[in-house]
Amino acid sequence: MTTSSSGAFETDAGRRMSRLELTRRLVARLDAGEAIVAGIGNTNFDLAAAARDRPENFYMMGSMGLATSIALGVALAQPERRVFALEGDGSLLMNLGALSTVAASAPENLTIVVWDNESYQITGNQPTATAQATDLVATARGAGIEASAWAANEEDFERLVERARHGAGPFLIAARIDDAAGAGRPERDPVLLKDRFMRGIGARG
Amino acid sequence: MTWAETILSCFRDAGVRLVSYVPDKVLIPLIDGVQQDDAFLPVPATREEEAIGIVGGAYMGGVRGAVMMQTSGFGNSINALASLAVPYQFPVLMVISERGVLGEFNPVQTLIARTLRPTLDALGVYHVTLAREDEVEFLAMRTMLQCYRTQAPAALILSPMLTGGKEDVG
Repeated sequence: MTTSSSGAFETDAGRRMSRLELTRRLVARLDAGEAIVAGIGNTNFDLAAAARDRPENFYMMGSMGLATSIALGVALAQPERRVFALEGDGSLLMNLGALSTVAASAPENLTIVVWDNESYQITGNQPTATAQATDLVATARGAGIEASAWAANEEDFERLVERARHGAGPFLIAARIDDAAGAGRPERDPVLLKDRFMRGIGARG
Repeated sequence: MTWAETILSCFRDAGVRLVSYVPDKVLIPLIDGVQQDDAFLPVPATREEEAIGIVGGAYMGGVRGAVMMQTSGFGNSINALASLAVPYQFPVLMVISERGVLGEFNPVQTLIARTLRPTLDALGVYHVTLAREDEVEFLAMRTMLQCYRTQAPAALILSPMLTGGKEDVG
Protein backbone atom coordinates (compact mmCIF):
# COMPACT_ATOMS: atom_id res chain seq x y z
CA MET A 1 0.00 0.00 0.00
CA THR A 2 1.31 3.42 -0.94
CA THR A 3 0.82 6.16 1.59
CA SER A 4 1.98 9.72 1.83
CA SER A 5 2.05 12.47 4.40
CA SER A 6 -1.38 13.58 3.25
CA GLY A 7 -2.81 10.10 3.45
CA ALA A 8 -3.42 6.86 1.64
CA PHE A 9 -4.62 6.28 -1.91
CA GLU A 10 -3.43 9.63 -3.21
CA THR A 11 -3.76 8.77 -6.88
CA ASP A 12 -7.08 6.92 -6.70
CA ALA A 13 -8.81 9.33 -4.43
CA GLY A 14 -8.19 12.60 -6.23
CA ARG A 15 -7.13 15.89 -4.75
CA ARG A 16 -8.60 17.59 -1.72
CA MET A 17 -11.63 19.74 -2.37
CA SER A 18 -13.87 22.04 -0.34
CA ARG A 19 -16.82 20.34 1.35
CA LEU A 20 -18.83 23.56 1.20
CA GLU A 21 -18.12 24.03 -2.49
CA LEU A 22 -19.12 20.43 -3.27
CA THR A 23 -22.23 20.70 -1.11
CA ARG A 24 -23.23 23.83 -3.03
CA ARG A 25 -22.64 22.06 -6.32
CA LEU A 26 -24.73 19.09 -5.17
CA VAL A 27 -27.67 21.22 -4.06
CA ALA A 28 -27.52 23.28 -7.27
CA ARG A 29 -27.91 20.10 -9.32
CA LEU A 30 -31.07 18.99 -7.50
CA ASP A 31 -34.26 20.09 -9.23
CA ALA A 32 -36.64 17.19 -8.56
CA GLY A 33 -37.20 17.45 -4.81
CA GLU A 34 -34.35 15.11 -3.98
CA ALA A 35 -34.03 14.45 -0.25
CA ILE A 36 -30.75 15.04 1.58
CA VAL A 37 -29.99 13.44 4.96
CA ALA A 38 -26.95 15.07 6.51
CA GLY A 39 -24.80 13.42 9.16
CA ILE A 40 -23.59 15.20 12.27
CA GLY A 41 -21.02 17.93 12.61
CA ASN A 42 -19.33 19.68 9.74
CA THR A 43 -21.32 17.70 7.17
CA ASN A 44 -24.56 19.24 8.29
CA PHE A 45 -22.94 22.62 9.04
CA ASP A 46 -21.95 22.92 5.39
CA LEU A 47 -25.35 21.78 4.17
CA ALA A 48 -26.80 24.53 6.36
CA ALA A 49 -24.34 26.98 4.81
CA ALA A 50 -25.31 25.90 1.31
CA ALA A 51 -29.09 25.69 1.74
CA ARG A 52 -30.13 25.84 5.38
CA ASP A 53 -33.90 25.99 5.01
CA ARG A 54 -34.24 23.79 1.92
CA PRO A 55 -37.33 21.78 2.94
CA GLU A 56 -36.01 18.46 1.61
CA ASN A 57 -32.96 18.64 3.94
CA PHE A 58 -32.83 16.58 7.13
CA TYR A 59 -30.22 17.39 9.76
CA MET A 60 -29.06 14.84 12.32
CA MET A 61 -27.95 16.31 15.65
CA GLY A 62 -26.63 13.10 17.23
CA SER A 63 -26.79 9.39 16.36
CA MET A 64 -23.37 9.45 14.70
CA GLY A 65 -23.20 7.07 11.77
CA LEU A 66 -26.91 6.80 11.09
CA ALA A 67 -27.30 9.23 8.16
CA THR A 68 -27.01 6.35 5.69
CA SER A 69 -29.54 4.28 7.65
CA ILE A 70 -32.05 7.14 7.90
CA ALA A 71 -31.62 7.87 4.19
CA LEU A 72 -32.19 4.18 3.43
CA GLY A 73 -35.49 4.32 5.30
CA VAL A 74 -36.55 7.42 3.37
CA ALA A 75 -35.50 5.81 0.07
CA LEU A 76 -37.47 2.63 0.77
CA ALA A 77 -40.53 4.63 1.83
CA GLN A 78 -40.43 6.85 -1.27
CA PRO A 79 -38.95 4.85 -4.16
CA GLU A 80 -39.88 7.58 -6.67
CA ARG A 81 -37.71 10.18 -4.90
CA ARG A 82 -33.91 10.30 -5.11
CA VAL A 83 -32.28 10.38 -1.68
CA PHE A 84 -28.74 11.48 -0.81
CA ALA A 85 -27.04 10.65 2.49
CA LEU A 86 -24.09 12.89 3.40
CA GLU A 87 -21.59 11.33 5.80
CA GLY A 88 -18.09 12.06 7.03
CA ASP A 89 -15.43 9.37 7.01
CA GLY A 90 -15.52 8.99 10.79
CA SER A 91 -19.29 8.63 10.79
CA LEU A 92 -19.29 6.02 8.05
CA LEU A 93 -16.54 4.07 9.83
CA MET A 94 -18.78 3.92 12.89
CA ASN A 95 -21.53 2.16 10.93
CA LEU A 96 -19.86 0.24 8.11
CA GLY A 97 -22.58 -2.39 8.37
CA ALA A 98 -24.91 0.16 6.81
CA LEU A 99 -23.06 -0.31 3.52
CA SER A 100 -23.93 -4.00 3.54
CA THR A 101 -27.54 -3.28 4.46
CA VAL A 102 -27.82 -0.77 1.60
CA ALA A 103 -26.24 -3.23 -0.84
CA ALA A 104 -28.59 -6.01 0.24
CA SER A 105 -31.72 -3.81 0.06
CA ALA A 106 -30.45 -2.34 -3.22
CA PRO A 107 -32.61 0.78 -3.45
CA GLU A 108 -32.02 2.28 -6.90
CA ASN A 109 -32.81 5.77 -5.61
CA LEU A 110 -30.20 6.01 -2.82
CA THR A 111 -26.79 7.65 -2.99
CA ILE A 112 -24.26 7.88 -0.17
CA VAL A 113 -21.89 10.85 -0.39
CA VAL A 114 -18.78 10.51 1.77
CA TRP A 115 -16.70 13.54 2.70
CA ASP A 116 -13.30 12.07 3.56
CA ASN A 117 -10.82 14.36 5.26
CA GLU A 118 -9.12 11.47 7.06
CA SER A 119 -9.96 12.91 10.43
CA TYR A 120 -12.45 13.33 13.23
CA GLN A 121 -12.43 17.00 12.40
CA ILE A 122 -14.90 18.29 14.96
CA THR A 123 -13.21 16.65 17.94
CA GLY A 124 -9.77 18.02 17.15
CA ASN A 125 -8.60 16.45 13.88
CA GLN A 126 -7.61 13.08 15.26
CA PRO A 127 -6.84 10.79 12.30
CA THR A 128 -9.40 8.22 11.19
CA ALA A 129 -8.45 4.87 9.72
CA THR A 130 -8.74 6.37 6.21
CA ALA A 131 -5.56 8.36 6.98
CA GLN A 132 -3.52 5.17 7.14
CA ALA A 133 -5.34 2.13 5.92
CA THR A 134 -8.91 2.20 4.72
CA ASP A 135 -10.21 3.10 1.25
CA LEU A 136 -13.93 3.74 1.72
CA VAL A 137 -14.72 3.26 -1.98
CA ALA A 138 -13.06 -0.15 -1.93
CA THR A 139 -14.90 -0.88 1.32
CA ALA A 140 -18.24 0.04 -0.25
CA ARG A 141 -17.52 -2.09 -3.31
CA GLY A 142 -16.60 -4.98 -1.08
CA ALA A 143 -19.88 -4.52 0.80
CA GLY A 144 -21.69 -4.85 -2.51
CA ILE A 145 -22.27 -1.26 -3.65
CA GLU A 146 -20.66 -1.69 -7.04
CA ALA A 147 -21.36 1.83 -8.28
CA SER A 148 -18.90 3.40 -5.83
CA ALA A 149 -16.35 5.94 -7.03
CA TRP A 150 -13.95 8.63 -5.92
CA ALA A 151 -14.61 12.08 -7.36
CA ALA A 152 -11.33 13.19 -8.92
CA ASN A 153 -12.29 16.87 -8.97
CA GLU A 154 -15.32 19.16 -8.80
CA GLU A 155 -16.44 18.44 -12.35
CA ASP A 156 -16.11 14.73 -11.80
CA PHE A 157 -18.17 15.06 -8.61
CA GLU A 158 -20.95 16.75 -10.56
CA ARG A 159 -20.78 14.04 -13.21
CA LEU A 160 -21.19 11.38 -10.51
CA VAL A 161 -24.10 13.32 -8.98
CA GLU A 162 -25.82 13.41 -12.37
CA ARG A 163 -25.35 9.67 -12.75
CA ALA A 164 -26.83 9.19 -9.28
CA ARG A 165 -29.83 11.39 -10.13
CA HIS A 166 -30.77 9.35 -13.18
CA GLY A 167 -29.17 5.91 -13.01
CA ALA A 168 -29.94 2.73 -11.12
CA GLY A 169 -28.24 2.76 -7.72
CA PRO A 170 -27.41 2.38 -4.99
CA PHE A 171 -24.43 4.68 -5.51
CA LEU A 172 -21.57 5.87 -3.33
CA ILE A 173 -19.60 8.98 -4.18
CA ALA A 174 -16.50 9.73 -2.12
CA ALA A 175 -14.60 12.99 -2.18
CA ARG A 176 -11.37 13.87 -0.48
CA ILE A 177 -11.92 17.16 1.24
CA ASP A 178 -9.83 19.71 3.09
CA ASP A 179 -10.10 20.61 6.77
CA ALA A 180 -12.07 23.85 6.52
CA ALA A 181 -14.67 24.04 9.27
CA GLY A 182 -18.36 23.85 8.42
CA ALA A 183 -19.70 27.32 7.78
CA GLY A 184 -23.37 27.23 8.81
CA ARG A 185 -25.61 25.84 11.52
CA PRO A 186 -29.08 24.29 11.36
CA GLU A 187 -31.56 25.18 14.08
CA ARG A 188 -30.97 23.06 17.16
CA ASP A 189 -34.60 21.96 17.28
CA PRO A 190 -35.15 18.28 16.41
CA VAL A 191 -38.92 18.43 16.05
CA LEU A 192 -38.76 21.51 13.82
CA LEU A 193 -36.10 19.82 11.66
CA LYS A 194 -38.22 16.68 11.36
CA ASP A 195 -41.44 18.52 10.63
CA ARG A 196 -39.93 20.68 7.89
CA PHE A 197 -38.37 17.64 6.24
CA MET A 198 -41.60 15.63 6.35
CA ARG A 199 -43.55 18.49 4.80
CA GLY A 200 -40.75 19.00 2.28
CA ILE A 201 -41.03 15.43 1.03
CA GLY A 202 -44.82 15.30 1.15
CA ALA A 203 -45.20 12.94 4.09
CA ARG A 204 -47.07 15.52 6.16
CA GLY A 205 -49.62 17.98 4.85
CA MET B 1 -53.73 -17.77 16.90
CA THR B 2 -50.25 -18.04 18.37
CA TRP B 3 -48.71 -14.99 20.05
CA ALA B 4 -46.64 -14.38 16.91
CA GLU B 5 -49.63 -14.57 14.58
CA THR B 6 -51.43 -12.12 16.83
CA ILE B 7 -48.55 -9.64 16.72
CA LEU B 8 -48.32 -9.95 12.92
CA SER B 9 -52.05 -9.32 12.73
CA CYS B 10 -51.65 -6.23 14.94
CA PHE B 11 -48.82 -5.02 12.66
CA ARG B 12 -51.17 -5.25 9.66
CA ASP B 13 -54.06 -3.57 11.48
CA ALA B 14 -51.81 -0.76 12.74
CA GLY B 15 -50.48 -0.14 9.23
CA VAL B 16 -46.93 -1.33 9.93
CA ARG B 17 -45.13 -1.98 6.64
CA LEU B 18 -41.34 -1.78 7.08
CA VAL B 19 -39.90 -4.17 9.66
CA SER B 20 -36.17 -3.97 10.35
CA TYR B 21 -34.55 -6.51 12.60
CA VAL B 22 -31.49 -8.30 13.86
CA PRO B 23 -32.29 -12.03 14.15
CA ASP B 24 -33.12 -13.82 17.37
CA LYS B 25 -34.28 -17.39 17.81
CA VAL B 26 -37.45 -16.53 19.72
CA LEU B 27 -38.35 -14.01 16.99
CA ILE B 28 -38.26 -16.65 14.23
CA PRO B 29 -42.06 -16.82 13.75
CA LEU B 30 -42.21 -13.02 13.49
CA ILE B 31 -39.24 -12.86 11.12
CA ASP B 32 -40.70 -15.63 8.96
CA GLY B 33 -44.07 -13.91 9.09
CA VAL B 34 -42.79 -10.58 7.76
CA GLN B 35 -40.66 -12.37 5.16
CA GLN B 36 -43.60 -14.36 3.82
CA ASP B 37 -46.27 -11.65 3.64
CA ASP B 38 -46.14 -9.03 0.89
CA ALA B 39 -47.85 -6.58 3.26
CA PHE B 40 -44.44 -6.19 4.88
CA LEU B 41 -41.12 -4.86 3.68
CA PRO B 42 -38.50 -6.72 5.73
CA VAL B 43 -35.10 -5.02 6.11
CA PRO B 44 -32.50 -7.13 7.93
CA ALA B 45 -30.01 -4.82 9.68
CA THR B 46 -26.46 -5.48 10.84
CA ARG B 47 -26.97 -3.73 14.17
CA GLU B 48 -29.99 -2.58 16.13
CA GLU B 49 -29.23 1.16 16.09
CA GLU B 50 -29.12 0.93 12.31
CA ALA B 51 -32.63 -0.57 12.36
CA ILE B 52 -33.85 2.38 14.44
CA GLY B 53 -32.39 4.80 11.88
CA ILE B 54 -34.03 2.93 8.99
CA VAL B 55 -37.44 2.87 10.67
CA GLY B 56 -37.09 6.55 11.61
CA GLY B 57 -36.29 7.43 8.01
CA ALA B 58 -39.21 5.38 6.71
CA TYR B 59 -41.54 7.17 9.13
CA MET B 60 -40.38 10.55 7.83
CA GLY B 61 -41.07 9.23 4.34
CA GLY B 62 -44.62 8.31 5.30
CA VAL B 63 -44.26 4.57 6.04
CA ARG B 64 -44.85 3.03 9.47
CA GLY B 65 -42.20 0.66 10.72
CA ALA B 66 -41.15 -1.58 13.58
CA VAL B 67 -37.82 -2.85 14.91
CA MET B 68 -37.30 -6.37 16.24
CA MET B 69 -34.34 -7.35 18.42
CA GLN B 70 -33.31 -9.31 21.48
CA THR B 71 -32.36 -7.85 24.84
CA SER B 72 -28.64 -7.61 24.10
CA GLY B 73 -29.47 -5.66 20.94
CA PHE B 74 -31.28 -3.12 23.07
CA GLY B 75 -27.88 -2.30 24.52
CA ASN B 76 -26.76 -1.43 21.00
CA SER B 77 -29.74 0.88 20.54
CA ILE B 78 -29.45 3.36 23.35
CA ASN B 79 -27.74 6.27 21.58
CA ALA B 80 -30.06 5.92 18.59
CA LEU B 81 -32.99 6.20 20.98
CA ALA B 82 -31.52 8.98 23.13
CA SER B 83 -30.20 11.21 20.33
CA LEU B 84 -32.60 10.39 17.49
CA ALA B 85 -35.89 8.58 18.11
CA VAL B 86 -36.83 10.26 21.40
CA PRO B 87 -35.83 13.90 20.72
CA TYR B 88 -37.05 13.86 17.10
CA GLN B 89 -40.31 12.18 18.16
CA PHE B 90 -39.99 9.20 15.86
CA PRO B 91 -42.66 6.54 16.53
CA VAL B 92 -40.27 3.58 16.52
CA LEU B 93 -42.15 0.50 17.70
CA MET B 94 -39.69 -1.99 19.21
CA VAL B 95 -40.41 -5.67 19.73
CA ILE B 96 -37.81 -6.98 22.16
CA SER B 97 -37.34 -10.67 22.84
CA GLU B 98 -36.35 -10.90 26.50
CA ARG B 99 -33.32 -12.99 27.34
CA GLY B 100 -31.34 -13.09 30.55
CA VAL B 101 -34.30 -13.97 32.78
CA LEU B 102 -36.38 -16.97 33.88
CA GLY B 103 -33.84 -19.72 33.45
CA GLU B 104 -31.22 -18.09 31.22
CA PHE B 105 -28.24 -20.38 30.65
CA ASN B 106 -25.72 -17.79 29.38
CA PRO B 107 -24.29 -15.71 32.25
CA VAL B 108 -23.41 -12.74 30.02
CA GLN B 109 -27.05 -12.32 28.96
CA THR B 110 -28.33 -11.58 32.44
CA LEU B 111 -26.86 -8.11 33.09
CA ILE B 112 -28.21 -6.38 30.01
CA ALA B 113 -31.64 -7.79 30.81
CA ARG B 114 -31.48 -5.99 34.16
CA THR B 115 -30.75 -2.68 32.42
CA LEU B 116 -33.63 -3.00 29.93
CA ARG B 117 -36.58 -1.54 31.82
CA PRO B 118 -34.61 1.00 33.92
CA THR B 119 -33.03 2.33 30.72
CA LEU B 120 -36.37 2.57 28.92
CA ASP B 121 -37.75 4.36 31.98
CA ALA B 122 -34.79 6.76 32.08
CA LEU B 123 -35.40 7.59 28.41
CA GLY B 124 -39.11 8.03 29.02
CA VAL B 125 -39.88 5.27 26.50
CA TYR B 126 -43.22 3.58 27.12
CA HIS B 127 -42.93 -0.18 27.48
CA VAL B 128 -45.30 -3.08 27.99
CA THR B 129 -44.37 -6.68 28.81
CA LEU B 130 -46.30 -9.42 27.04
CA ALA B 131 -46.51 -12.49 29.28
CA ARG B 132 -49.96 -14.03 28.62
CA GLU B 133 -51.31 -15.13 25.27
CA ASP B 134 -54.84 -13.87 26.01
CA GLU B 135 -53.49 -10.33 26.60
CA VAL B 136 -51.29 -10.08 23.51
CA GLU B 137 -53.85 -8.64 21.12
CA PHE B 138 -55.05 -5.87 23.44
CA LEU B 139 -51.64 -4.87 24.75
CA ALA B 140 -49.81 -5.07 21.40
CA MET B 141 -52.48 -3.23 19.43
CA ARG B 142 -52.92 -0.47 22.02
CA THR B 143 -49.17 0.00 22.36
CA MET B 144 -48.69 0.24 18.60
CA LEU B 145 -51.51 2.75 18.24
CA GLN B 146 -50.16 4.85 21.10
CA CYS B 147 -46.70 4.81 19.55
CA TYR B 148 -47.92 6.11 16.18
CA ARG B 149 -50.60 8.45 17.53
CA THR B 150 -48.31 10.16 20.03
CA GLN B 151 -45.18 10.01 17.83
CA ALA B 152 -43.13 8.45 20.59
CA PRO B 153 -41.05 5.28 20.58
CA ALA B 154 -42.53 2.35 22.48
CA ALA B 155 -41.39 -1.18 23.34
CA LEU B 156 -43.19 -4.49 23.49
CA ILE B 157 -41.11 -6.84 25.63
CA LEU B 158 -41.73 -10.53 24.88
CA SER B 159 -41.38 -12.41 28.17
CA PRO B 160 -40.29 -16.07 28.19
CA MET B 161 -43.59 -16.61 30.00
CA LEU B 162 -45.21 -15.91 26.61
CA THR B 163 -42.64 -17.29 24.19
CA GLY B 164 -41.02 -20.09 26.17
CA GLY B 165 -37.70 -18.29 25.82
CA LYS B 166 -34.56 -19.84 24.39
CA GLU B 167 -33.58 -23.33 25.49
CA ASP B 168 -29.96 -24.31 26.05
CA VAL B 169 -29.01 -26.56 23.16
CA GLY B 170 -25.38 -26.90 24.29
